[in-house]
Amino acid sequence: MNRPRRRIRLGAFYPGTNSTAVWSDPAWHDYMEFGSFVHLARTAEHAGFDFFFLAEALRLREQHGRVYERDVAGRPDNVTMLAALAAVTEHIGLVATVNSTFNEPYEVARQFATLDQLTCGRAGWNVVTSWERFVGENFRRGGFLAQEQRYERARLFLDAALGLMRSWRPGDVVADRRAGRFLRDPRAGAFEHHDAQFDIAGRFNVPCGPQGVPVIFQAGGSEQGREFAAATADVIFGMYSDTAEKKRFYADVKARLPRYGRTADSLLVMPASTFALGETEAEAQEAARVVRRLQIDGASAIRFLEQLWNRDLSGYDPEGPLPAIDPALDADGVASRLASVRHYPDRMATAAQWRALAEAGKLSIRDLVIEVTGRQTFIGTPASVAAQMAELVDQDACDGFVMVPHLVPGGLDEFADNVLPLLQERGLVRTGYEGATLRENLGLPACDPTFTVRRATFAEP
Amino acid sequence: MAHDTPPLHLAVALDGAGRHPASWRDPSAAAGELFTPGYWTALVAEAQSGTLDFVTFEDRLTLQSTRPDGPDGRADQVRGTLAALPLAARTAPATSHVGLVPAVTVTHTEPFHTSRAVATLDFVAGGRAGWCAQVARRPEEAGHFDPRLRPAGEPTGPAEAWAEAADYVEVVRRLWDSWEDDAEIRDPATGRYLDADRLHRVGFRGRWFSVEGPSVTPRPPQGQPPVCALADTEEALRFAAASADVVFVTPHSPQEARDLVARVREEQRAVDRAGETVHVFADLAVALDAEPGQAARRLAALDALDASPPDDGAALFAGTPAQLADRLALWADAGLTGFRLRPVVLPYDLRQITRSLVQLLRARGAFRADYEASTLRGLLGLARPANRYARTDWRSS
Repeated sequence: MNRPRRRIRLGAFYPGTNSTAVWSDPAWHDYMEFGSFVHLARTAEHAGFDFFFLAEALRLREQHGRVYERDVAGRPDNVTMLAALAAVTEHIGLVATVNSTFNEPYEVARQFATLDQLTCGRAGWNVVTSWERFVGENFRRGGFLAQEQRYERARLFLDAALGLMRSWRPGDVVADRRAGRFLRDPRAGAFEHHDAQFDIAGRFNVPCGPQGVPVIFQAGGSEQGREFAAATADVIFGMYSDTAEKKRFYADVKARLPRYGRTADSLLVMPASTFALGETEAEAQEAARVVRRLQIDGASAIRFLEQLWNRDLSGYDPEGPLPAIDPALDADGVASRLASVRHYPDRMATAAQWRALAEAGKLSIRDLVIEVTGRQTFIGTPASVAAQMAELVDQDACDGFVMVPHLVPGGLDEFADNVLPLLQERGLVRTGYEGATLRENLGLPACDPTFTVRRATFAEP
Repeated sequence: MAHDTPPLHLAVALDGAGRHPASWRDPSAAAGELFTPGYWTALVAEAQSGTLDFVTFEDRLTLQSTRPDGPDGRADQVRGTLAALPLAARTAPATSHVGLVPAVTVTHTEPFHTSRAVATLDFVAGGRAGWCAQVARRPEEAGHFDPRLRPAGEPTGPAEAWAEAADYVEVVRRLWDSWEDDAEIRDPATGRYLDADRLHRVGFRGRWFSVEGPSVTPRPPQGQPPVCALADTEEALRFAAASADVVFVTPHSPQEARDLVARVREEQRAVDRAGETVHVFADLAVALDAEPGQAARRLAALDALDASPPDDGAALFAGTPAQLADRLALWADAGLTGFRLRPVVLPYDLRQITRSLVQLLRARGAFRADYEASTLRGLLGLARPANRYARTDWRSS
């Protein structure tokens, strides 16, 4: 088989929505300082990354009725931050996670149409939903969404928001001074959208940016999530650590695309990936171990276990064995207020797995949590990490990676300095941006095949 | 005259190609660039070159229209408005001192999101953010939002809309304070990144919404970025006097200015804010040319193209920069603390402000020669406020 090796797509994640971040490191700088965001975004751009990515959390996590103190917390508003970063970067895509539960399509469509204008076509949107009542307490409607409705909400929200953005076509603003014609079509922006979630009509008021609509990102690992991504997304993360699982996931989501009239290259699989580097393999393994121990201290391990056990486990010794007591199954237990990123469909089954794992490896609570929360995706010398990355893409396990550093703002420096040149030498990562827009740089099909201009036809008053 | 009055504060309102409906057809306008970042960055940099206090970015949740009851189907005027908050943020890294004040419509948005977006603007602009609270005024706006967004229904009129705005500003302000300045402790010894005792639920329960908090964004650099509001109706004025730091009024004579300032002060007293600094700026649309008569001729040419009346309530001034300097001094005597000028054509009339008017005011000692502060609150003479939730007694003991 002599096919050309495929280019690796790369995203850069600004850490800090989970325990990946190691804020106790002396190299950690002020998280909210604009300069920290600038540093990481520029590092990624100089290294030829496709995009810079911001996650989102809409409520501070709590434990036992108090704000959880041990993780990095305190985040910017994503679209506002990326609009500012647009001024200090030139090429890199800027991707904002924006929730579809506690927002309205008109507002989000305005934000992304504006961001695409302000970035000259570099905007991306990671569409997420939340159904937790706990998060809803910060918003007008409260926690209105049932968990099983979350994909419907996301799908209809995306449909509505993209419809709004497509209510303007490229070239609608002609601004012909002599002819006195500002708009080509006086009906620009007319829209109508009626479904189970949205009942809206009128005129959208932001002309579309260079991309028309932003590049759409999806997390979706579940059956519904995969189908949603196959129908609508340009990039899906996938969250599998094992290579065989990665390949199965890759094949599965790509196989779903033809049903929606889409080709395999129209949806990119880019799992979030962590890394630990060293001058030798042994050094890298040691660096990886040290970081994992810093990421999961005793208290973090107990808190992590409480998410599954759904009980107050503060009396347990993190260096001791797992609780003998079973997880609580009531909906209003400890876990319901943790606003955690993880959810367990079958608590008993997962607990049984973890117990077996702990018994087999003689693991303490902390060891077990370190084990089940996964080691770094890539550990090794720069050459070996570059080879591992290239191999995964070559084997159709993914199309690229969203790199998650554990430090702000310098967490990508070592990777950019030492691994990237090796990937560039092999022609797997760009040395200069070939396109003007994020869509072009990701190598996505030039025109979204589902793109049709939908303009409501109601008469002007 | 100028020597015994305090220096003026000056802001400019940025919207499309300028305040005149035909401004985009002026030969100096950049009509094809209204949705590009470079256009806005250049305007804000120009404002900063004149050491202006701040710029406001207009925003709306409808398409512009000359009809009061819905879209007008016209294609011969500027249509389309970039979202003001990200637009303001886009101009922040390219500027260093001028304040950035985007408008936010409160009626169909989430106070939680607005609070953290303005706080983020304050972070990226190093303490130069403010925002201008406004309510939905056009009937078609409600149709752009799903009715279920508002479980308590739509406000039935301006009084209710402004009452909701007052709740909204209260929530935004509480959320800014929901993190004490030193809540992020980063203490490796105890493994604590935060001190939960320095984070506060805001627990707001109101008729229109309830918000629990705390915010997910730390307290912004200014603590409380200034809140602005246009008081062009009685209901808006009551809201502004009770909730805002900068009130824009729309007098058409010095006497009206005097009356409006008195009304604001009266309302301030009514809500126990008499001791607080509340600026009252007059909005004034301006067309400026050094040659006498030229501004009026320019205006007449624009009117000949499109005579639709603007709906912002501002009085219109056409004349020389020197005449405008006199006018501002005269009106300032009515008790105004500053002006928000609405350039009739952008960037032309903005340049007249920054390059001529400002020089004349400086020569009279009526305007700053250089920025005296690096934050917007600093420029407006507002101290950084204490946090309403911070306890000062227990930590030292």
